[in-house]
Amino acid sequence: MTEMTYRQALNETLRAELKRDENVYLIGEEIGVFEGSYKITAGLLKEFGPKRVVDTPISEEGFTGVAIGSAMLGLRPVVEIMTINFSLIAIDQIVNHAAKIRTMFGGEVSVPIVIRTPGGGGQQLAATHSQNLEVWYAHIPGLKVVAPSNPADAKALLTAAIRDDDPVLFLENLGLYNLKGDVPDGEQVGEIGTAAIAKEGTDITVVSYSRGVVTALEVAKEFAEKGVSVEVVDLRSLRPLDRNTICESVRKTSRAVIFEDDLLSYGIGAEISATIGEGAFDWLDAPVRRVAGAEVPLPYAKPLERAAMPDAADLTKVINETLAASAFKGDQNV
Amino acid sequence: MSEVVMPRLSDTMEEGELAKWLKNEGDTITKGDILAEIETDKATMDLEAFESGVLEKHLVEAGTVVPIGTPVAMIGDGSAKSEAPKKESPKKASAKKDEPQTDDEPAAEEPSVEKSPAEKSPEAEDQPEAEDPLVEKSPEAASRNQPEANAKAEPSPEPASTESADDSSRPRMSPLARKIAKDHGLDPAAITGSGPQGRVVRADVEAAIADEPSQNQPSQNQPSQNSPSASASAVNVAAPLTGKDEVVAVNRIRKVAAKRLTESQAVPHFFLTSIVSMEKLLAFRVDVNESLESQGIKVSVNDLFVRAAAVTLRQHPEANSSWGDDALVRRGNVNVGIAVATDSGLLVPVIRNADQKDLAAISRETVALAAKARDGKLSPDEMSGGTFSVSNLGMFGIDQFTAMINPPEAGILAVGATNPVPMLRDGELVEVPKLKITLTVDHRVMDGAVAAGFLRDLVENLEKPLRLIL
Repeated sequence: MTEMTYRQALNETLRAELKRDENVYLIGEEIGVFEGSYKITAGLLKEFGPKRVVDTPISEEGFTGVAIGSAMLGLRPVVEIMTINFSLIAIDQIVNHAAKIRTMFGGEVSVPIVIRTPGGGGQQLAATHSQNLEVWYAHIPGLKVVAPSNPADAKALLTAAIRDDDPVLFLENLGLYNLKGDVPDGEQVGEIGTAAIAKEGTDITVVSYSRGVVTALEVAKEFAEKGVSVEVVDLRSLRPLDRNTICESVRKTSRAVIFEDDLLSYGIGAEISATIGEGAFDWLDAPVRRVAGAEVPLPYAKPLERAAMPDAADLTKVINETLAASAFKGDQNV
Repeated sequence: MSEVVMPRLSDTMEEGELAKWLKNEGDTITKGDILAEIETDKATMDLEAFESGVLEKHLVEAGTVVPIGTPVAMIGDGSAKSEAPKKESPKKASAKKDEPQTDDEPAAEEPSVEKSPAEKSPEAEDQPEAEDPLVEKSPEAASRNQPEANAKAEPSPEPASTESADDSSRPRMSPLARKIAKDHGLDPAAITGSGPQGRVVRADVEAAIADEPSQNQPSQNQPSQNSPSASASAVNVAAPLTGKDEVVAVNRIRKVAAKRLTESQAVPHFFLTSIVSMEKLLAFRVDVNESLESQGIKVSVNDLFVRAAAVTLRQHPEANSSWGDDALVRRGNVNVGIAVATDSGLLVPVIRNADQKDLAAISRETVALAAKARDGKLSPDEMSGGTFSVSNLGMFGIDQFTAMINPPEAGILAVGATNPVPMLRDGELVEVPKLKITLTVDHRVMDGAVAAGFLRDLVENLEKPLRLIL
């Protein structure tokens, strides 16, 4: 077990996989000489050379297409798209090609490609550079979408994604890169499609993913001091979605709040809420609530940006409301 | 159109008095306006409008005490003035700080009338040519944190119900509560909800199970995991049931009545009985009904007693009072409750300001309230605020009985059956119709002599019935 940042965990995993399998290569803008906009690929060009760490022009559609084609021929590309906002330029490659080729070729070819890309706002990068578009990809059959919330999962899930024979969108978050955590040493291959109980609890379930889990855990800690036991479900994978873990948690707590970085309407929370309605209806003692981003293009101005993004205070408020809605007195489940 | 509901303003608040309307029907309302003052068990607070529009209707009169979650007003666009509120699917944006559960139920037939919060905000996106949509819209929304606009934590719409909010046939109930109630064979309608808008939640069902151990008994195979302690107490407390016993589930009315009557036991009662000669009153009734025949009104004996009680209460404010912990409260209005037997139980609708209403008005109102009572359509409003009650078992041939006080009222009049009584008049034996009335008194409010004075004047008003129309 070694303590490291999320960034280091990604960097070491890329290094380990480049070492392990010579078919693995990295491709993207400024990932080589510049070592990545967020320094995830630091030192890798020097170590593995320009055939394994490929710098490209600013051409998301082009290099994503290159990666897909090479993946069809047996390579295992790890594409870095600088932020998820720029994936829009490559969305036809991702949605219409990477996601569909295996099915449309009768299963004869697969596309073992990983698209690493950070999402999220909060860095004053303004409306076009601060989005949470993961739900767009989570909507598409043929893609897998993983969104680890901590360094250990970042390592395990990136390893699993690189070794997966299907295209995986690997969601990172600008706000997580410096997050520290213990990471198990040695090879760790995670399982794509399983959620984790990030914190056990009995009174209310908070479902989140990626950076939201960090906030949810902080809030859960505060509630614990007030005698409220919050269970935090870390989705880890948005597609496939681990519906069982979500429903099992809600069957235990009878209350659920979804905390999501994306927008409310048609968002991740809507899917989770429907899942709970279908799988845990008889166990619900209060309406399922969602805490999501304000439905505006994210403002640049810092106070406005902060106000538009869902935060711990918003989550705390809605947890309190949900407890109140079911006459929570702290003595249930005891 | 949206309902504004009585908000929960404190943790202990169960009901609030709509002390004063500050906005009248027809007034234009801007979000943030103070609609009314609400008096809770703790303080007087403002009822704020959470959306803009026109105040279509007051659903509750000033001075009325209603449970939290009860709709008190409708806000709309001003077009639906005459529409019955219950036809409208209730959407309440009246979220209060502590109580933001809002229903958002676009009417099925016209989904575009109400924009849900989520539907509203994209307008900002639809108008990219606007100078600066962010500065125009989001700062306000973000800083005020109003659910209507772009608040991050938007309230979840509750499952749409096509039924009106006050439809008691399907009480608001969380799925979990419904399941536990079903597993225990409890009638959901008999459980009082403590959640928003009276929603029954698990805690309420578990309390009900604990309260009614015998109810629990017959279904032996029920899963007990939800409430092991409740089941355990059920076994201990319940009288052993034999095969001949039958456990009958009761409705909400009976439960509420049971609670109120138990509270009534705490009131120190005493009883005074008088005999009323009905000779003049019955003749007076015939005269009155003749004159009202064209209006289709038939004044009952009970109406005469309600009116007589009201007139006498106005003469005796000390009887129109309640005990308030360490002070007496003289009630400004004379509101007389009438005990109405219905299939589902005893209900006591209230004739407000009965001292200011003539016999025809009292009769008309009583007929309407009794019909509503039998149909289960009485609003809490129509059953609250009484200052005195009249209960009549005369039609069942009961000669005399004592009624239980309906707190916080200080008195209730029990009216028996009219019987012919032989009497000597001018040396001749005549038959005079008489009946016995018994006044039950809260001794904390009135002593014997004071109550006797009230009853004496009541008898006099009944025996000199012209006073009832003065």
